[in-house]
Amino acid sequence: MTENGQRVIEANHLVKIYRRGSEEIAAVNDISLSVEAGEFVSFVGPSGSGKTTLINILGCLDNPTSGKLVLSGRTVVENGDALSEAKLTKIRREIFGYIFQKFYLIPTLTVIENVMLPFTFYEKPGAEKDVERILRLMQIVHRKDHLPGQISGGEMQRVAIARALVNRPKIVLADEPTGNLDTRRSQEIGILLQNLNQKEGLTIILVTHNPVLAKMADRIIELRDGRIYNPVHVPPENP
Amino acid sequence: MIKILKVAYKNLLRKKTRSGLTIIGIGLAAWVLVSLLGFNKGYESSLNRDIDNLGFQMIVTAKGCPYEAATLMLKGGTGLRYMPGNITEQITKEPEVEAVTPMLMQAVFDPNKGESGGYSAYLGVDPATFPGMKSFLEFMQGAWFTDPEAMEAVLGYEAAELEQREVGDLLLIAEKNVEVKVVGILKRTGTQDDGTIFLPLRSVQKIFGVKNELTGVGIKVKKDADMPRFEEKMYKLPDVQVVSLSQVKQTIMTLVSTAKVMVFSIALIAILISVVGVINTILMSVMERFQEIGILKSMGATAWDVFTLIWVETLILCISGGMIGTALALATAKLTEVLVRQLLPYAPSGGLVQIDLSLVILTFGVVILIGLLSGVYPSWKAGSVRPLEAIRSQVE
Repeated sequence: MTENGQRVIEANHLVKIYRRGSEEIAAVNDISLSVEAGEFVSFVGPSGSGKTTLINILGCLDNPTSGKLVLSGRTVVENGDALSEAKLTKIRREIFGYIFQKFYLIPTLTVIENVMLPFTFYEKPGAEKDVERILRLMQIVHRKDHLPGQISGGEMQRVAIARALVNRPKIVLADEPTGNLDTRRSQEIGILLQNLNQKEGLTIILVTHNPVLAKMADRIIELRDGRIYNPVHVPPENP
Repeated sequence: MIKILKVAYKNLLRKKTRSGLTIIGIGLAAWVLVSLLGFNKGYESSLNRDIDNLGFQMIVTAKGCPYEAATLMLKGGTGLRYMPGNITEQITKEPEVEAVTPMLMQAVFDPNKGESGGYSAYLGVDPATFPGMKSFLEFMQGAWFTDPEAMEAVLGYEAAELEQREVGDLLLIAEKNVEVKVVGILKRTGTQDDGTIFLPLRSVQKIFGVKNELTGVGIKVKKDADMPRFEEKMYKLPDVQVVSLSQVKQTIMTLVSTAKVMVFSIALIAILISVVGVINTILMSVMERFQEIGILKSMGATAWDVFTLIWVETLILCISGGMIGTALALATAKLTEVLVRQLLPYAPSGGLVQIDLSLVILTFGVVILIGLLSGVYPSWKAGSVRPLEAIRSQVE
């Protein structure tokens, strides 16, 4: 676990340009920010403001057109040049846990099998013993032998969160995790994320349209047209 | 640790009908393949056994006796020309020869046979040498005649049934009005011997008035003898023709090979169709799971991990199909045999379709190879999915 206060994400002048015919669209337009270990940051903003593109770049799922990205002291992108796919895969295994709007559970695998799916591809010493505790934390331990079709949407998202946690990530990236859930269940997921941040000390980066959820974060960063519009509690060295 | 095999297996369960139909497709191809390979093996070994059961590897007949007639002889027909009886001594002198046995075949028209009469064939054999050469012949009743001039007969299994005779009964040779006493009835052998009536050679010569003449001489060659050289030597004998059974076998195999080429083409087509079916199934499943594969990659699965997962899915389909196909082939071997007998110009007696362990292993090898090959493209496609593109895509 990274010590609180250490920088886990340092992004400098990140730019992501998409070309649509002759038109160039800057989805992320010169964004610099840093996130410290143990922080809970939420990105808000209207559709098309670049939230998802930014979180994908920070999570090594997408490469920026230019800029520099340092994760836990490791330079991942410099001048728009990213590490090889194999190295990025290693970073994804070691640093990140991803939560998406859709749960993407395998319908023929039980809850516990879905949660342990990452271990099909690699082993993380000691991590498997932690699975039971994570299931309890997500309040789905009583459902562990059920199939996804037999549980509710809220429970499915909790399974997906548990799956994102089994590799003991340093940073949890959640892109609209409550987009498919009703208000009550959204709130439950929000509280779970808050607990993960406060009790487990995990760094959480959340993209959401839900203002109630966004307010659970330590810091809210609003994006508009690919730029940071109204940074709250921005560290002094960043614009 | 949840194993990749389990994930692959459970992935296939998501579309049970589609996976099931693909397995059936592969199963049918494997069935055709096992049956055909089994036939290929069974036919040749049955033919070899038929030929080995003749007890000799070469027959010398009179020159002019057509090749076809020699082949016919294997099936119970007769040569038309005669050789002098002393040819046996000449042949015995050759160092390659282990044993010889003179034979005289005669046939008479018997008006009482069947509905409108038919030919009865009598094979005159030497009681001193023939039983030794055909030591595998077993008796149901009685034994061989021992007196070289006895008016006695030994009947093959079918001949005894047809003539409705038992040991001790008399048997009338039509046209000649001679009665012989049945002294032995052979057990069924599955060869042409079943339909033959054996008499002492000299008795046949006497009854039919062909004194000191023969229609054929069966030769048993020593194990380490140089067959082609010996054959050449036999050809130098005046007025004789040599039919080695390897030649006969060759002729029959040539006749059969055309049919074999056709059935193997069918097997090849069946395999190709199943390959396309497998590729289609796996590719569709990859397309449907495009986003999910992206998620697997975001979880830390490498391109090779995803490639392996999809490849294992393909292999499960192929191995299941292979097992079903093999079981089906074993269960329907008899049916295949009946069909094959209808199709072929000449089928030896005994089991035509032989499915053994080596054949099952071979088929599994082929099926696994099919799986590995047809899995390559879909697996590569899945492995090369970029996580973000997949997650963003609209495919459901």
